[in-house]
Amino acid sequence: MRPEDLKPEQFNAYPPEARKLALEYLETFRRLPLSFLPSLLREVIEFDFKFPAEHRLLGKELANLGSLSQQDLRAWFREFTEIKLSESLEKSDWVASPAQFVERLSAHLWTTHQMDAFRHAAVSYADKLRTAVAPELPASPRFGIAVIGQGVDVAPQPLFRKLRPYGAYFSAVNPENGLKHLFEAIASRANANPAQYAHWYIDGGEQLPHPPTVTCVSYKAMEQVRVALLARIHAETQKGGMGPEALRTLMAQLQPTDLGMAPSGDPVLNRFQIKLLTEGSGTQIFSTSFVQWAAREALRRAEPLTLLVRFAPRQRQKPMNELLSPSRDQVELDPSGSLVDADMGAYYNWIDQQRLPGSEKSLFLAWFENQKEAVAISPVLPRGTVSNETIDLRGILSWMA
Amino acid sequence: MRSRSTFRVANRRVIKGDPRELARQLVFSRRGFLRSTAGMALGSALLHTSPFGFGATPQSKRKVVVITFGGGARDEETFTPEGQENIPHLMRELIPQSSFFTQVVNRGILGHYVATASLATGVYETINNFASLPPESPTVFEYFRKEWKRPASDTWVVAPSNGFNRIGESSHRSFGLGCGAQVILPKYLLAAVTSSQADYGHLLRDSYETPLYAPTLSGNIFELEQLETMLKLSVDDFKAHAQTLSSPDELSVYIVRQLMRRFAPSLLWVTLHDIDIAHAGAYSLYIEGIRRTDRLCAELWKATQSEPEYKGKTTLFILPDFGRDSDEDAGGNGFQHHRTGDITSRTTWMMALGPGIREGVVYDRAVDSIDLVPTLGSMMGFTASLSKGKPIPEIL
Repeated sequence: MRPEDLKPEQFNAYPPEARKLALEYLETFRRLPLSFLPSLLREVIEFDFKFPAEHRLLGKELANLGSLSQQDLRAWFREFTEIKLSESLEKSDWVASPAQFVERLSAHLWTTHQMDAFRHAAVSYADKLRTAVAPELPASPRFGIAVIGQGVDVAPQPLFRKLRPYGAYFSAVNPENGLKHLFEAIASRANANPAQYAHWYIDGGEQLPHPPTVTCVSYKAMEQVRVALLARIHAETQKGGMGPEALRTLMAQLQPTDLGMAPSGDPVLNRFQIKLLTEGSGTQIFSTSFVQWAAREALRRAEPLTLLVRFAPRQRQKPMNELLSPSRDQVELDPSGSLVDADMGAYYNWIDQQRLPGSEKSLFLAWFENQKEAVAISPVLPRGTVSNETIDLRGILSWMA
Repeated sequence: MRSRSTFRVANRRVIKGDPRELARQLVFSRRGFLRSTAGMALGSALLHTSPFGFGATPQSKRKVVVITFGGGARDEETFTPEGQENIPHLMRELIPQSSFFTQVVNRGILGHYVATASLATGVYETINNFASLPPESPTVFEYFRKEWKRPASDTWVVAPSNGFNRIGESSHRSFGLGCGAQVILPKYLLAAVTSSQADYGHLLRDSYETPLYAPTLSGNIFELEQLETMLKLSVDDFKAHAQTLSSPDELSVYIVRQLMRRFAPSLLWVTLHDIDIAHAGAYSLYIEGIRRTDRLCAELWKATQSEPEYKGKTTLFILPDFGRDSDEDAGGNGFQHHRTGDITSRTTWMMALGPGIREGVVYDRAVDSIDLVPTLGSMMGFTASLSKGKPIPEIL
């Protein structure tokens, strides 16, 4: 089926808000190339489970597409229309299952050596969209915090080497009440700019007490879900005959309640958390991977004003098939390796934050938990500098403002 | 109240986002480090004035060992000043003796099996990366054996995971069945000889690219009983030695050493994959993988210098199958994967060492991944007639 043949009833299986949106823009969809449209529908079908920032962004993108003349559309999508699709892709049910289509499209693009052309088309589209739709600046400068090294007294290597060039490195931090100061800071920001999903706290272990206005995700709280997911994967792979594509499709179809999450919970947050485990790589087995990916996805999707990320020790490496087998045995931890993971994770948190609008004013703080090292990045702090003065985290926070 | 004097200035770097600029930097950083640290010369000026040849070894007696990494390592963790601590053996021992190509571009599918198959055929294969399928074009092993009428024991592949079991020979009608290399999957052998995996689990780590899935084995695989009949290695000795090793790649190198002693194959191909633990997102484990690979490459080079059948007549090629995603590409997640198809995931490097190879020379021109097979053809005296690559004149 081709986009111009789309009919309203084909969206009947979409969740209510998604269906409403799809019908509103049906005429626009009919004018888009098949190499592009399922990627858009993959976002639309998830509309009921998206964060407010995503609602606004998708709404603007659709409004922009709807406003383009036929001539403009041709210019915008010229490169996409040059992508050659297979007959089997064209015949697949890309309306009902856009995510599966996109996955198959990806394999097709690699196989037919069109990946570079598609990549170029996608980048070009994103550039045009950025120009056409002004980015929404945050209500206040974003603030990212990464706390790393829980359970380690001495770092095995110099820390924050990748972050230091962009901010001030503090070598004599007084660690007393460090976490308390950080939680006070995020509470203060949440009070000053209250909004749903605008302030986040992600913990690689057990979550600490935090303000109710802050959205919280923790590895420990997801333990039962992870065990249920691994049991499910284990059972499916034992059946035989299942390739990686089929397994990914199965995982993508899992709902929060399939894995034991309470139906009464926040459906948007539950869906977000499930996706961390079903779409992330390593998130099911390593807490450091979970935290880094959760932070990335929170930043990419919710565009929070505040994000406090606290890494915790992950389990020690074992054979992959043992790591992926559901087990309730006591896990052996690797605090030192986890610190190295988290050091890189903190750098990625900062990079991901800098991809959002308002990056020139954003703030970032990384701290070696309960130790003396930190790096602070702020427009008011000189880059690539070192301070050996004794200072506590409250002092650093005040300097960053 | 803070004062500016509180801070002293440290080194500064900036993020570069333009792909062309990244490509330029990629080449420049490798070249810069090689020239400054390893004291190497730029190669273009030497290209047509070299006094070297392959030496006195006739083509029929030459030996080639190819090491590929299934899971490349980025410059950040290897060739940049801060990354060099992870590759001391490459830096101090191998690179100064090698011709080094700073820009080897893989224009094919960035999956480890299909990419390795492409390296081995000289054609960008399009087979399913996760299926148990042979390459569609003839492999280097088939070309070599057919041309020189060599027995199967003269070409071997030692590969990391079940997914590589069909890499030894193609499905091409003019070559194919019985014409290819013997394939050893050391983990498969170890799993077969150990009823309990408790003591060997660390050596049986699965494919990191698809940790949840392993294809069914078939094809020209080295079976357990051949361990004793062909390699003359008792199961007990194999098990005992395996217990002293710490990773699947160490097990692979151990098997390679056995093959070198027992058969002295002319063409030996080993694919390492410890680095690919990066897919699990743990940076420290990825770094450990790089350091181990660095050490194992040096061990294999030393083996070619100490084994009488190899000494003085062996060329060693080392190259990752491709790179990994850059930190700058929002479509990826940095070192973890190779999904974006960006310049750093497609561009990698290659070094060649051995008699007749210029030592301490850097070549910046872009070389294609599929150029390896026709280069081996020119070196070993066979024609890779169906390869799409071109011989690399700088090392011929």
